[in-house]
Amino acid sequence: MLLISNGRVIDPATGTDAPRDILLDGDRIAAVAPQGQLAARAKGAEIFDAANFVVAPGFIDLHCHLREPGGESSETIETGTRAAARGGFTAVCPMPNTRPVNDNVSVTRSILERAAAVSSVRVWPIGAASMGSKGEALSEIAAMKQAGIVAVSDDGRPIASAKLLRQVMDYCRALDLPVIDHCEDSSLFAGAVMREGKQSVRLGLRGMPAATESLAVARDVQVGELTNCRLHIAHLSARASLELVRAAKAKGLPVTCEVTPHHFTLTDEDVQYDTRYKMNPPLASREDRDALIAGLADGTVDAIATDHAPHEPALKDVEFDRAPFGVTGFETALALGLDLVHAGRISLMRLAELFTSGPARVLGMTRRIAENEPGDLTIFSTGHNWTFLAQESASKSRNSPFDGRTFRGAPMATIVAGRIAYRR
Amino acid sequence: MSHRFGHMLGIEPLTAEEIVFLLDQSKPFQEIQRHPLKKLATLRGKTVALAFFEPSTRTRISFATAASRLGADQMNLQAESSSLKKGESLLDTVRTLDAMKPDCIVIRHSSSGAPDFVARHLPLPVINAGDGTHEHPTQALLDALTIRDRRGTLEGLNVTILGDILHSRVARSNIHLLAKFGCRFTLCGPAMWLPRELECLGPPGTSIRRVTRIAEALEGADVILTLRVQQERLHEPALPLDEYILQYQLTPERLRLARPDALVLHPGPMVRGLEIDPAVADGPQSCVLEQVTNGLAVRMALLFLMTGSGADTPPEKDSSHAAD
Amino acid sequence: MHIVEKSQLMTATEIDRTVQRLAHEIVEKSGGTANLALIGVRRRGVPLANRIALAMRGIDGVDVPVGTLDITLYRDDLSKVAAQPILQSSEIPFPVDDKDLVLVDDVLYTGRTIRAAMNGLFDLGRPKRVRLCVLIDRGHRELPVEATFIGRSVQTSDAEIIEVRLNEIDREERVVLVERVS
Repeated sequence: MLLISNGRVIDPATGTDAPRDILLDGDRIAAVAPQGQLAARAKGAEIFDAANFVVAPGFIDLHCHLREPGGESSETIETGTRAAARGGFTAVCPMPNTRPVNDNVSVTRSILERAAAVSSVRVWPIGAASMGSKGEALSEIAAMKQAGIVAVSDDGRPIASAKLLRQVMDYCRALDLPVIDHCEDSSLFAGAVMREGKQSVRLGLRGMPAATESLAVARDVQVGELTNCRLHIAHLSARASLELVRAAKAKGLPVTCEVTPHHFTLTDEDVQYDTRYKMNPPLASREDRDALIAGLADGTVDAIATDHAPHEPALKDVEFDRAPFGVTGFETALALGLDLVHAGRISLMRLAELFTSGPARVLGMTRRIAENEPGDLTIFSTGHNWTFLAQESASKSRNSPFDGRTFRGAPMATIVAGRIAYRR
Repeated sequence: MSHRFGHMLGIEPLTAEEIVFLLDQSKPFQEIQRHPLKKLATLRGKTVALAFFEPSTRTRISFATAASRLGADQMNLQAESSSLKKGESLLDTVRTLDAMKPDCIVIRHSSSGAPDFVARHLPLPVINAGDGTHEHPTQALLDALTIRDRRGTLEGLNVTILGDILHSRVARSNIHLLAKFGCRFTLCGPAMWLPRELECLGPPGTSIRRVTRIAEALEGADVILTLRVQQERLHEPALPLDEYILQYQLTPERLRLARPDALVLHPGPMVRGLEIDPAVADGPQSCVLEQVTNGLAVRMALLFLMTGSGADTPPEKDSSHAAD
Repeated sequence: MHIVEKSQLMTATEIDRTVQRLAHEIVEKSGGTANLALIGVRRRGVPLANRIALAMRGIDGVDVPVGTLDITLYRDDLSKVAAQPILQSSEIPFPVDDKDLVLVDDVLYTGRTIRAAMNGLFDLGRPKRVRLCVLIDRGHRELPVEATFIGRSVQTSDAEIIEVRLNEIDREERVVLVERVS
């Protein structure tokens, strides 16, 4: 048994913001009560003193890349989930663009088996929408669902055509699976390495306009309307895309979206020739970033997802044009979110929602602190001063634009299935 | 006052004073081109590595000649060389060169930011001989030297740039340089090569306007910089050449719209009959040959400044002259 | 490490008298000024050469041409120079071929400056004769260079420095002996 005592419980699902003690027994929450009232029941339990900390339901990361199988030099399930635990995440959803692609049951099973053996947190894989994510034939979606995928996506790429998207969505609607799309118009994307704008012209780097993303979002929303399947827009980065999501929600369509911490923190002005600032979708304009923050606050954005995309140093240490897209993000996500809270842009309750009940809802689940719920908790400080050093990350990769950045607020402990997976 | 340059990656970070210094320091090297014996021993014992990852004849020969005339040795790497075809990375290639201990490296590469990347990884001075669509600093310096010699000043000139400006590193470096002297710019070419963001180049307050009609662009111009039509840069969609000639070729009639003493510059190589009429190319306003000579002078000055002296050793006996 | 003045070697008047004397000497030992030209080695050789030419006008009434030579590019010790030297242009407005040249400099020391100056001259052509005129010869030659026309010979040690200060450059007029002191 594990008793989390003296903490400030913030639970968006129930609207709770109060001092509560939580008793975990086995892999479940056994009891939640006002401070001090669980002393008797908790006899013999390990005690975690959460004084001055916030205790929230276990964070879920809807979007990450664990690289295993096939890309183990950049990350493995073991190292990636260790980094996730250090970031306060209790569950992560790895995208299927592994080698081989997770487009059939045997790959899904092997990922889950590996996770069962070495993972620090829960692993809920996302299956490929099409075979090899090539955009031609549907993959073994129903079989993969049985094996344990929680959504489908061809992430890394957009779902190739409106016709294929419609087929995938029709199929997934019947299976009650959300379809997650990496929204991108291939013709506008081709050859670009950053956002098109003053900075790309100054640096002489090829840029893609915001429409690269929003054109695809518009397509997806309309196909979604045809099929009434749940659509989730991955790593949304542009104001124009956000407005399309807002309009879709207003119409009552089942459309959700996520935003990454690097997109709500940095802009294209931060790009020089440092490949730690190269990712897809690329860092956007100030107006986009400000619109994303407003969307985080007003509920248009459903979740913060990291899109943790590790690449070993040798791959990233090349000329900007040639570097692969992607930055790591597990360990800095919460702190960057807290920066918004400290700046008064969003409330702490709202931040918690973006990491917990928001992503849960996208997956068709619930996430809350109540008796009999899974024993997943994220315990964090809003005041702890620390510096993120990429060298010290649990990830195998170092490609973070936040290397050396100081933060106020950090994950202090991550509880997964009733056990402490990480403690600062 | 003397200036030091650790690297020459671009014009943008330089001050006007530094640019004037570089142009002034190029003058003795212009003079040397007039000597019967053009060879010096100034950089004897020094090695200049020429790493040209993009095909180039003129710039490479210019740097090679500059190094030779200063008495330096060269290491030559050309794009056609097999190690690059075998997939060796840029970093490994330059590290191999560095292991042979050159005193500086001159690099031309098709990726914007490649010289910056090399400078971050190697402990030797890096000169950018053109990177992607980013900068070509020695071109801008030799253009400025040419303009200053002919006009007497760089201040407040009306500069018109003609052609594919979006993909031109020569245009960018020239804008960065001349903007520091208060020049006003008119950028002219087909609309798809003139994005709005070009108006943001140069320090704040720089006057840049975009114009698609050549007649409008040439009125009142003091300097006309004619760019090449870069067919190798694979930008889509390509414009039919006849269209370009019809709309944008610099002909004698169009040149007359500019000031009577307007200068015509071209970074080379020219395609006579495409972007420039042969009569203009060979006419009295054309500066193309001086540009070549000045290119040599500017590159000799840079090589001299960046590899000529050592900062780590204490001053020697005759240093009373050194301080002069 | 700083500089301490040890003694004054020449006053303004003495400098002027020496310049006049040198001018006479050069004219005397050149068999006339017809083919003669002076080349001042930058920096302080230049005002000295100009003054000698002016003095010569007083003697023979002839304008002896004066050129200036910047030896930076011809130095053999560039890599040992700590400060980045600034290049000045050389200006020699007459053909060098077959000319009777006199190089003019303020101090002759190791001889390396003069060797560099000769490299520079011979890049321009083939003079008939090159002789050297210096205000101060302080010994310690490292190369076989000799001056034909010497203002004053001074014994010095390596730690000492001779500074010739001229109005045109230093806004004062004297020659001092200074020492580097730690």
